[in-house]
Amino acid sequence: MTGTAFALRGVGYRIGATTILDDVSLEIPYGRVLALVGPNGAGKSSLLSLLTGDARASAGEILLGGRPLRQWTARDLSRTRAVLLQANHVAFSFTALDVVEMGRAPWIGDEGDADERAIADAMARTDVVHLAARAYPSLSGGEKARVSLARVLAQDTAIVMLDEPTAALDLRHQEDVLRIARELAGEGRAVVVVLHDLSLAAAYADDVAIISHGRLVAYGAPAEVLTEERIEDVYGTPVRVIPDPDTGRPIVLPRRSLSR
Amino acid sequence: MTGTDIGTRASAHTVAAHALRRRRALVYLITALLLVLGIVLSAGLGQLAIGPAEVVGSLLRAIGIPNSWAPTDQLIEQTLWQIRFPRVVMSLLVGALLAVAGAVMQAIFANPLAEPGVVGVSSGAAVGAAVAITLGLTALGSWSVAVCAFAGGLVATLVVYSTARAQGRTETVTLILTGIAVNAFTGAGLALLMFVGDSSSREQIVFWQLGSMNGSRWPEVVIVLVVGALASAVTFALARQYDLLALGDRTASHLGVRVERLRVISIVLVALLTGVAVAFVGIISFVGLVVPHIVRMLLGPSNRTLLLASLLGGATMLVYADLLARTVIPSADLPIGILTSLVGGPFFYWLIRRNRRRAGGWG
Repeated sequence: MTGTAFALRGVGYRIGATTILDDVSLEIPYGRVLALVGPNGAGKSSLLSLLTGDARASAGEILLGGRPLRQWTARDLSRTRAVLLQANHVAFSFTALDVVEMGRAPWIGDEGDADERAIADAMARTDVVHLAARAYPSLSGGEKARVSLARVLAQDTAIVMLDEPTAALDLRHQEDVLRIARELAGEGRAVVVVLHDLSLAAAYADDVAIISHGRLVAYGAPAEVLTEERIEDVYGTPVRVIPDPDTGRPIVLPRRSLSR
Repeated sequence: MTGTDIGTRASAHTVAAHALRRRRALVYLITALLLVLGIVLSAGLGQLAIGPAEVVGSLLRAIGIPNSWAPTDQLIEQTLWQIRFPRVVMSLLVGALLAVAGAVMQAIFANPLAEPGVVGVSSGAAVGAAVAITLGLTALGSWSVAVCAFAGGLVATLVVYSTARAQGRTETVTLILTGIAVNAFTGAGLALLMFVGDSSSREQIVFWQLGSMNGSRWPEVVIVLVVGALASAVTFALARQYDLLALGDRTASHLGVRVERLRVISIVLVALLTGVAVAFVGIISFVGLVVPHIVRMLLGPSNRTLLLASLLGGATMLVYADLLARTVIPSADLPIGILTSLVGGPFFYWLIRRNRRRAGGWG
């Protein structure tokens, strides 16, 4: 898969009189990881819900595969994009395996053993094979997040969208998730991930988009976008940006002074 | 993880799935056996005792198998076919429909406490039926009461749904409070209808509130069968989508479910199932709560299993409940709604206690 997944032209989103997003134009290509970053309430999650089709843009247009997003049927969308939300509550005690299997729902009726392979592969990648028989509600927050990610991977779509997938995870699993995101992009999929950790975004994303006050402030390679000046301006707190000794990617550190 | 590793894990899943299938088959088999036993017992016991052999013989003869067990006494034959069988079939149908309605409500509210009786759908349907009785509505013949009960149930379901859901979630507290409000209102409606009605409709309304299988006749049984079978068949077709609702509305829609449409269809189904059940036998609470809960404990929450097993389990439960209602007090017919509430009330209490211990309550 090459080319453009999403094309946004002058997209705005308002709830009542409040402007959440204003004049966002952006192309999201296949084969790359795009990190959406920005302060709390900047509109990252709103932008994501416009892309998933949960919310409707109040201005501009969003094209998916060259076709207006509105014209897509629920079923075609479910075979094209998978979404991991921030909160992943499951009612009733379905097992972790049940939950991952639900990710195959869009493909019911297709021939072959694709289901079993996709499920086994997704569970192995997210390190949840040992949780298969456990009841989902009894899992820890991090385990739930990984099982939910496995559900998203099992959906096996060309576009994968993750809303703060690392929030509940420990260090190792954070790195795992973003490594998986890179692998997905390597397979030609478009990956959009909302992140709070700028260093994590810089380390794994091909492109970074900064959203602030509902506007797209910067979009490009991490080293170009994540400059000290811009981050200080957007977040309103002093930072130091240093290159990672191993990869050369930027690391963003808040400047701290220890006063007594 | 290597390929063989994935292979062995996958086969471990297959083993678990196999065990669940065996368990499911066993539960279906035992429930079906209990149901058949219950039917034979219930048809046989009563003021005129009829032996199991005669019951089976009469049934076999009816489907065209001549046999020596069949009763020769005309009185026995009449008792079976005009009184006992319609009543037994009515109780198994009503039990099946109420249990399925409960399972569907729990799926669309993603909440295990949603139940037609608890949230007021049953009493809404009873008000509809009472209106038809008091005002003497007969425009639709023997369907009049059923249609009015459906309308009452539908209104109550819509009220509960629109009040108890906010931001795609159903808070248990809101759900139960809404149920209290709806039940209070419908209670007043029933009382008012009793006040304005004549003594015969008053009697009928009291009977509605308590619930009874007494006086079930074949034409009524056929209505319940036709509407119930159609509505249940639709719920079975929707079972997979109900599973996905457990992930929350947004995630379900990301997986291709048209959530709002599914909910609207399901609300109509619940109103149909509850309305047609309530129309002829009155309010029978807790069946839709107790049966799906027991099934989930035994077989897990998957709706494909849950709906079918609830159908069977609900049928079995009410056949025995009706048998008890007829026989526990000699020569008196205890209203069956009293019995199910006697069992269901404590069960409800136990559920609340258990959930508080496990998960800090429903909040």
